[in-house]
Amino acid sequence: MEIYCLLGIPLSGGLFLGLWGNRRNAPEINALFSFLTLVAAVALTARIIAHGPMVVAGEGWFFIDPFNVFLVALTAFVAFTTSLFSRPYMRIEKEHGRLNDKRLRLYHSSYQVFIAAMLLALTTNNMGILWVSMEAATLATVLLVSLYRTPASLEAAWKYFILCGVGIAQALFGTILLYFAAEKVLGSGGTALLWTHLNAVKAQLEPTVLQLAFVFLLVGYGTKVGLAPLHSWLPDAHAEGPTPVSAVLSGLLLNVALYAVMRSKVLVDGALGSQVEGVSMAGGLMMGFGLLSVVVAAFLIKRQTDVKRMFAYSSIEHMGLVTFAFGMGGPVASFAGLLHMTMHSLTKSAIFFAVGHATQKAGTQLMDGIRGLIKTSPTIGWGLMLGTIAILGVPPFGVFASEFLIITTAMHEHAWATPFLLLALGVAFASIFGRVQPMVFGETELPALPHQPALVPVFLHLGLVLMLGLFIPPYLAQWYRQAAALLGG
Amino acid sequence: MPLTYNLQVINLLAALLLLISFAMLSQRRIAGLITLFAWQGAALSASTAIVAWSTGQHHLYWSAGITLVLKVIAMPWFFYRLIKKLNVDRDVEPMINIPTTMLIGIALVIFAFNLALPISQMSGTVMRSTLGIAMATVLLAFLMMITRSKAIPQVIGFLAMENGLFFAATSATYGMPLVVEMGVALDVLVGVFVLGIFFFQIRETFDSLDLKHMEKLKER
Repeated sequence: MEIYCLLGIPLSGGLFLGLWGNRRNAPEINALFSFLTLVAAVALTARIIAHGPMVVAGEGWFFIDPFNVFLVALTAFVAFTTSLFSRPYMRIEKEHGRLNDKRLRLYHSSYQVFIAAMLLALTTNNMGILWVSMEAATLATVLLVSLYRTPASLEAAWKYFILCGVGIAQALFGTILLYFAAEKVLGSGGTALLWTHLNAVKAQLEPTVLQLAFVFLLVGYGTKVGLAPLHSWLPDAHAEGPTPVSAVLSGLLLNVALYAVMRSKVLVDGALGSQVEGVSMAGGLMMGFGLLSVVVAAFLIKRQTDVKRMFAYSSIEHMGLVTFAFGMGGPVASFAGLLHMTMHSLTKSAIFFAVGHATQKAGTQLMDGIRGLIKTSPTIGWGLMLGTIAILGVPPFGVFASEFLIITTAMHEHAWATPFLLLALGVAFASIFGRVQPMVFGETELPALPHQPALVPVFLHLGLVLMLGLFIPPYLAQWYRQAAALLGG
Repeated sequence: MPLTYNLQVINLLAALLLLISFAMLSQRRIAGLITLFAWQGAALSASTAIVAWSTGQHHLYWSAGITLVLKVIAMPWFFYRLIKKLNVDRDVEPMINIPTTMLIGIALVIFAFNLALPISQMSGTVMRSTLGIAMATVLLAFLMMITRSKAIPQVIGFLAMENGLFFAATSATYGMPLVVEMGVALDVLVGVFVLGIFFFQIRETFDSLDLKHMEKLKER
């Protein structure tokens, strides 16, 4: 029942807001729908905690286990806080004349559809529907990236569409190959692509076909995760779209894409299981792509002048780190990967909220133009500073805990990778901190914002990150451990 | 034996599909490209229908029908209207070196056949030998996307790639489960619709659909 609410609420929200247009309280309605989605997600989570994994509806169209339910909760939560943030943010944008009623209507409607597509991708049991909803999530956000209709934003949206489209076409081919292998064991028809069925017979699936399928799936969904060298759409889309969109792209969509990769990896590992010692082929590929992303992103961060672009590259770096952790496999690394996914979503969206208001204040996204936030609006300044410290992995924030776990595991199991990781994290630290520091503490004559900025979400997220850094509640740790075990830990 | 006869027709249509892919590579005019795309869809739809008929896989009729409605009728019609409205129907792509592109295309076809060989040996379908052609169609469409500088040809390349993937699914496994195929078709439809809106935005901002204007966002 919860599952239908979870998917139905944002979908009907999208329809309703499309019809409602941008009447006076559209932002509040948007927030209300997001809140109801969150309630449904919490109800679903409570049920999974109480009764364990479940397969529901028809032949088992939906499958909820600890791994995806935690992403569902995270997605619904960040979607809700982002809708709170977007209320004043979009109002200020409208007053600056960058948006009008028509575009805001498109924004609100697509936002809800986007959330619905992501939740469907997370909860569906069918690998084909997973593909369909990933593509739907892309389509829902293409017009959001180009919402400002500036030449740069149109270019970014075009790049986003074409690159992710081509990428996801590779994933479709991977899915076809998966079905090809599955059909031999499970017979043709609708149930052969159900993940639970595949998982039950994964040892019998033809290993060579699955190997090939995984390569295509990794390249395809990896494009959406933003893994180097397929990342070039990501900084553009994040920098040119409106900030709430950057926050959900970075905080949520990348996670969902990585989730799709992980579901495939479990199957491939199962099929290849008996043949390979040590690191599996899928794990090795993921470690390679992950490490490359971390290093490439860290060195590109150094060269950025646009604040949103810089943090977009930081997202590539962190997703690379998570991919690397999942690639290593094993209970500790998978646990750390899941924890890092959570921490990154919360922290990065908080940073984007703060950055959004800071850029509105300064009237530019160039970092040279943003100065002395702490003098004119201390809350934005502190939000940005604390968010930056958190994302850079300074203790006691939660990112430190997860990065520490990832690096110590790497030292034990793949010592060769450690210097690269440490170097990249060091470079990223130096360049991001060096840039943010004058933005927060420098001298300024910037005017204050016309509306009260929404900074509750920023501190809510950072508070959670801090709490998880100091103390992970036992049920949450238990939950992560179960999820890590599902990933083949 | 009717099956061998049908198989020959399927092989003929598959060859046609490949030929159309090459024709698309060499087509300079956008209107001509759309016509070729419609023909490609027709070949795909016809071959799917014949496979459905000769093997008794009834859900493939649906797939053939969807292809016919979407890719032979709706999308070409939509694109024709679009180029009329945007007034780009006289646009000629100033392409350099079609012969070189063709040579690269031939190399891709050989590569595709090699790639498909191990999979088609494992496949149990009657038309497994056409898997190589499906792969080649995908790669040629990809090549077209790389070499074109205008927005509409790039999108047609993208849709041609989708055609190739559908054909691959039919050759290897008699198509994907129906739900998935419906979902994919829905995505393609929505995608084309979104792009229609998007073209107008590009046109409004850049005064042209040439993607050469869109090279500002780069790492410096």
